[in-house]
Amino acid sequence: MSTTSVMGGIVRRKEDPSLIQGKGRYVDDIKRPGELAVAFVRSPFAAATVNSIDASGALALDGVHAVYTIDDVRHLGVTPAQVAVGTLRPLLADGAVKHVGEAVAMVVADDRYIAQDAADLVFVDYEPLDAVVDLKEAMADSIQVHEGTPNLLLTWAGNAWWEGVVELPDPAPGIQEAKERDDAVVVSLEMVNQRLIPTAIEPRAVLADWNDGYGSVELWTTSQIPHAVAGAIGATFGIPSNKVRVVAPEVGGGFGLKLNLYPDEFLCCFASKELGRPVRWTETRREAAVSSIQGRGWIGTATITGTRDGKILGYELDAICDMGAYSQNFTVAIPLLGLFVAPGQYDIPTSYALHCVVTNTPTTDAYRGAGRPEAAFYLERIIDVFAREIGMDPADVRKANYWKKEQFPVTTAVGMTMDSGDYETNLDALLARVGYEELKAKRDAARAEGRLLGIGLSTYVEVCGFGPSALTGLGFSWAGYGLPTAFNGSGVVRVQPDGTCTVTIGTGPSGQGHQTTWAQIVSDGLGIPMDDIEVQHGDSNDSPMGVGTFGSRSIAVDGSATFEATKRVKEKAAVIAGHLLEAAPQDVQFADGGAHVAGSPDRSVTWAQIAESAYQPHTLPEGVEGGLESSVVFSPPNATWPFGSHLALVEVDPDTGDVDILEYWATDDCGNVINPMIVDGQVHGGIAQGIAQALFEEAIYDETGNLLTSSLADYPLPAAESLPMFSLDRTVTPTDVNPLGVKGIGEAGTIGSAQTIVNAVVDAVSHLGVKHIDMPLRPKRVWQAIQDARN
Amino acid sequence: MEVSISVNGTNHSSDVEPRTLLVHYLREDLGLTGTHVGCETGYCGACTVIVDGRAVKSCTMFAVQADGAEVRTVEGAANDAGLHPVQEGFWECHGLQCGYCTPGMIMSSIALLEENDNPSEDEIRHGIEGNLCRCTGYHNIVRSVQYASAKLRGEEPQGASAEVTT
Repeated sequence: MSTTSVMGGIVRRKEDPSLIQGKGRYVDDIKRPGELAVAFVRSPFAAATVNSIDASGALALDGVHAVYTIDDVRHLGVTPAQVAVGTLRPLLADGAVKHVGEAVAMVVADDRYIAQDAADLVFVDYEPLDAVVDLKEAMADSIQVHEGTPNLLLTWAGNAWWEGVVELPDPAPGIQEAKERDDAVVVSLEMVNQRLIPTAIEPRAVLADWNDGYGSVELWTTSQIPHAVAGAIGATFGIPSNKVRVVAPEVGGGFGLKLNLYPDEFLCCFASKELGRPVRWTETRREAAVSSIQGRGWIGTATITGTRDGKILGYELDAICDMGAYSQNFTVAIPLLGLFVAPGQYDIPTSYALHCVVTNTPTTDAYRGAGRPEAAFYLERIIDVFAREIGMDPADVRKANYWKKEQFPVTTAVGMTMDSGDYETNLDALLARVGYEELKAKRDAARAEGRLLGIGLSTYVEVCGFGPSALTGLGFSWAGYGLPTAFNGSGVVRVQPDGTCTVTIGTGPSGQGHQTTWAQIVSDGLGIPMDDIEVQHGDSNDSPMGVGTFGSRSIAVDGSATFEATKRVKEKAAVIAGHLLEAAPQDVQFADGGAHVAGSPDRSVTWAQIAESAYQPHTLPEGVEGGLESSVVFSPPNATWPFGSHLALVEVDPDTGDVDILEYWATDDCGNVINPMIVDGQVHGGIAQGIAQALFEEAIYDETGNLLTSSLADYPLPAAESLPMFSLDRTVTPTDVNPLGVKGIGEAGTIGSAQTIVNAVVDAVSHLGVKHIDMPLRPKRVWQAIQDARN
Repeated sequence: MEVSISVNGTNHSSDVEPRTLLVHYLREDLGLTGTHVGCETGYCGACTVIVDGRAVKSCTMFAVQADGAEVRTVEGAANDAGLHPVQEGFWECHGLQCGYCTPGMIMSSIALLEENDNPSEDEIRHGIEGNLCRCTGYHNIVRSVQYASAKLRGEEPQGASAEVTT
């Protein structure tokens, strides 16, 4: 990889001048003539039979065009999913509702105000049933969400995966024997990793426009995966995927919730087809809490068996994972991602059983980190408990169990091969920067004065950069959609006739700055200025076949495809430039926005001259085709394995239980860095979401399945006053599974942070007798834990 | 109902339904889609505009309540001389990612700096507490406002390059 100032340098974002002037075009900003608006009638019950639906009142209202129920759309099938395990979501409730907020009927009207008025006039006769919300009750199966089908969908276990329920020796070989050793120390703790509502600030929105003449449909949607949506719509409506154009324009935050296929995307296409008008739906915030996916939702027991010198002889996690009522795009695969990184940075025997159960709640699926924050939370919390039990420094316990740099590549206890890692260097860099020993002394001095200061540490390994065709293609076949792309990356680089450059990619941003980062890759390769490079994305017609943005995958996979395409364009440009300059291609050098003959800077051509020749084939050397572009599909041999270490200093108010984060440090390793400003921004936001889980956010359901936190008044996203400044640094351990040596950074901050805060808070109050507090650590909960310990 | 509202210096006389929210009037009647809707309840602040000098959440105000008022939206933040220092700060300091909260965040920051051109970090965090951002963790938003504050006071502002370590 080059080290020019463009590559690896801070470059202001190309997308910002539009966004800071209010000129970004999000789905709800795009208008089509004659469009109609949709509102949904949603269930107030978590479990009920739908006896009848009376839409006559709604249909009598002026401006109402249609009210649809399942009878109108049953022929289209259920909502497609890329991992089709469990009961998939019907497009509209089919005789029964399984969670509060499930859509029962769809109203189409002249505008959103009338549509909402009409939705309130649809009378639905429900017969309420008992709901199951508690995860242990769901496991017990006494109330079944889908009658006749066990609530337990499958159990991910051991080092085998994807086969469904896999019976392995339990506990894993060696762990049981270790427990019987005389010097064994066993610590075990049940902990909750609570449900979260992802909450992108842009609500989801859909605009569908069916064209009967062409037999085609256009759909604008707030999606991280427009190509998958296009394939699924084609399959659902029985039209070829090349008759479906799906556009994800500016997307106002994704975080996994827009990595999905939603009924409304199909229903708006249906309504547009039926009514011959464009049809729009925009989610309200309260609706978003029940109509989009949620994340996390595990209760599990983590156990470490080890010795007093800090050696871990076995790690076990047995957890129940909440899938919600219906499976959507990746639902049951999310815990599997956690399993992939179950042993973290450590060479430790690991036994894992993740029970995926359904409940009468909205679907869970990918939320930033998706399984990996949960895995890191359980492991790094119980390591802290173990360290406290044996009276050893938590940093030293971690070091005693690390994979060593010289051991890589390593095969972990769950069968994953990690190509690179240097964990001890990373942690040492963090501890040195923090001044760990001084910090501990400061904490102890404060404690002596009665102040409750605590230090929390966590490390993590992330698996991302999906991904290897053989790994992701095994289970995640899109064959049903006619899209057998197993998470490849794609990039097209075209030099235009005027010497500027257009890059189109199979992935698109929801804030990650693709337009800038990709332009840096191409500018570095070709020497074309950043201002002359435009990056296009998000249109299934115009972008190369692509997979989308999720799992911190874009730069490692689509970035690498673009890097390779850039190389090929440059090779061809050297041939053309050589011809124009009467020199051999190998003697052509690129610099200063053009090319020259090595050693003769005055014998030069500009990119415009090279491109002009490229598009006039008669000027080209014999055998050289016209045009100057390359399209590359890249499939890496392995996923990537970023890692890092996070540390926080917190103070707990003994009188109120309020937690104040005094300092937050992180040292991450995402391999090579293309734009450090953007990478730091990703880490900032990731940490904020981890802190949000640790201290503030929780989707709370009552025993009947009512969501009590469906507005931002009840579901407190952290505001500026709730968060500190973050102190960041990096180590750089490149991967060799892609030509850029990059690993991905979108989720790292979230994976490392929640347990860092919990470890710090518990450290602050452990001398009072507190062993653990379940998230979110709101003041009342912390205060109560202190009171309970004192009494 | 007939309303007369000045938006970014231009007078608009319109006939609106009494229940039309100011944000929907701006977006759908005037086509000013820079002002966003995030929660319809006044918590997220994506719809923040400045009405008669005060930052207001336009999803909690009816268009008829703005009759006779002067409204400034993000589209009116820049002038012929170029970007407003707050906009420039957000660009220089990577104060935005997805950009959805950004127009509201910028308008709140402008209102804050018009009241206090040299706020402390705590005052900035307090001043924008009614605007939620899910992407940035606010770190770079705070720095963006600090950048704008320095620039407005004629000092040399610090961009992103001043901070990032590798």
